[in-house]
Amino acid sequence: MTRGVWVLGEERGGTVHPVSYEVVAWGRSLADSLGEDLTCVILGEHAGGQAQELVYRGADTVRVVGHPKLAVFRVDPFARIMSRLIAEHCPEILLAAATTMGRTLMPVLAAKLHLGLTADCTGLEIDSKERLLLQTRPAIGGNVMATIKTPQHRPQMATVRPRSRQPLPRDPSRKGKVVAESVDPDELHSRVTSIGFRPDRTSEVPIQDANVVVAGGRGLKDARTFKQIFALAQCLGGAVGASRAAVDQGWVPYSHQIGLSGKSVAPRLYLALGISGSANHLAGMSASEVIVAVNNDPEANIFKVADFGIVGDIAEILPALLARLARPGKPGSSKEGHG
Amino acid sequence: MNRILVMVKQVPATENVRLDAQTGTMIRAGLETVINPLDLYAVEEAVRLKEAADSDLRVDVLSMGPPQASEAVREAIAMGCDHGFLLCGQEFAGADTWATAYALARGIATLGVFDLILCGERATDGETGQVGPMVGTFLDLPVLTYVSRIEQIEGRALVAHRAVEGGCEVVRTSLPALLSVVKEINEPRLPTLAGKKRARRADVAVLGAREIGADQQCLGLTGSPTRVVKVFYPTLTRTGRIVSTETESVDACVSELVDLLKSLAIREEGGRELK
Repeated sequence: MTRGVWVLGEERGGTVHPVSYEVVAWGRSLADSLGEDLTCVILGEHAGGQAQELVYRGADTVRVVGHPKLAVFRVDPFARIMSRLIAEHCPEILLAAATTMGRTLMPVLAAKLHLGLTADCTGLEIDSKERLLLQTRPAIGGNVMATIKTPQHRPQMATVRPRSRQPLPRDPSRKGKVVAESVDPDELHSRVTSIGFRPDRTSEVPIQDANVVVAGGRGLKDARTFKQIFALAQCLGGAVGASRAAVDQGWVPYSHQIGLSGKSVAPRLYLALGISGSANHLAGMSASEVIVAVNNDPEANIFKVADFGIVGDIAEILPALLARLARPGKPGSSKEGHG
Repeated sequence: MNRILVMVKQVPATENVRLDAQTGTMIRAGLETVINPLDLYAVEEAVRLKEAADSDLRVDVLSMGPPQASEAVREAIAMGCDHGFLLCGQEFAGADTWATAYALARGIATLGVFDLILCGERATDGETGQVGPMVGTFLDLPVLTYVSRIEQIEGRALVAHRAVEGGCEVVRTSLPALLSVVKEINEPRLPTLAGKKRARRADVAVLGAREIGADQQCLGLTGSPTRVVKVFYPTLTRTGRIVSTETESVDACVSELVDLLKSLAIREEGGRELK
């Protein structure tokens, strides 16, 4: 008999990564639909110190697997430990964020334990009749959505696209249980060893973690104009994104490319400037909370997903916007006011 | 190192996909297909390793799909792979990622012993990125995902870079291993005319369930833990407010945008709210 909903938290750089609170939020609504408990499992070096935060965000139980050798994700020990915990506790559902860790660990677990797994879901709900997990995800460049279920195998597994939903508000009055799990030294062996980490050279916010993404496309016409995208992103404390067209023109490196052939983002605010909105591009950003588009073509696809749009000439609008945002001195630093 | 295997998939040329309004299934008739663009990077990397090798290094390419998927295998041969194989037959049809990975792993085990297995990070149609790590697991190999560079191969050890959130992780593994590669790793070549000729003449060996010694219960739809409940078009509509500089001044449009940004209370770098 399987019981409960599990989600996998994520420790990065010694702290609980906020994406963990998103999966907790997903798990919470499923657990409530089923009338079951929600457990968050987290592996890492220091995760135990912040286990209570996961309770405040919606977990009923936090199982902490803490060990210095788990500080960096390595698939062998993580899969071994998760396999043991799953066998011991038989959860009905297991979710993880579709990060590089989740998208590596979950398929390995699925193959090891003969489980069904759906990648990169943007919607999860419980079918009330059969009590099955309905897993909805975009496919084929975001042109199509598919809903998938796992009738027999338990736990039912899915990865969820980061930023596809907000964490629950922090509630310090929530009570929950924190369980420290033991680690067998034999479980820690790994065939892959990490021998270094080179942070991205830019001091910018990593694009997938950014609250704001300012993206430019073909409509910016040249590399010089594209530089204004960087200025705008800086004003808003955001990261710079680009359509494939802008990357192909050589205006920005590939690491900025948003879309099916680049990165998927779902920030609180996505500003698309001079981007028409091909299916390829929309697949990488349509889950953003608020989408703003500026384009000279009123028929552009991007307006179909925009919460606010301006039809007009980028060459006029972008400088006007920058002028409004970039006050003298440090952007926005003029008045500390409360207005 | 003696032998590399590259896994490739044939995919629809993405943007042309349409659904049948009645059945909700993909209209495959007349659908243009290509080798999964991200697999080209895996093929290129294998061919580069072959070209750089001191001794004979053989590169095999394996796919699974309908008979016409042999075209994807031929594209890889045209780029420089040596031998092509295709898992093909009714028994493989309808497989999800688990059943696909199971079949590919059985296929690879049948073909022999490989030092390195390469694949693209994901296919542009399913976009799951699951099959690579699953195949590695079925074969009990070390799995390296998101590989952006192979720095060194020395004897039975490989050093690679993995593109992960916020940077690049440098890892060492023993061989054999399975690597899924990302776009940063190289720039795939175009096939030469001679390569294309060779590919046309090449014999792509077709393997069925029996040849790979697969458990029929683990193949195709029967062997798939997941089921598609429904497929539908996403609703591409937010009820957004669209203003135009045709009817309003640039200043008015920009003011409205600035008001929106303020209402979102987006935090600036310094943690100050935009006011």
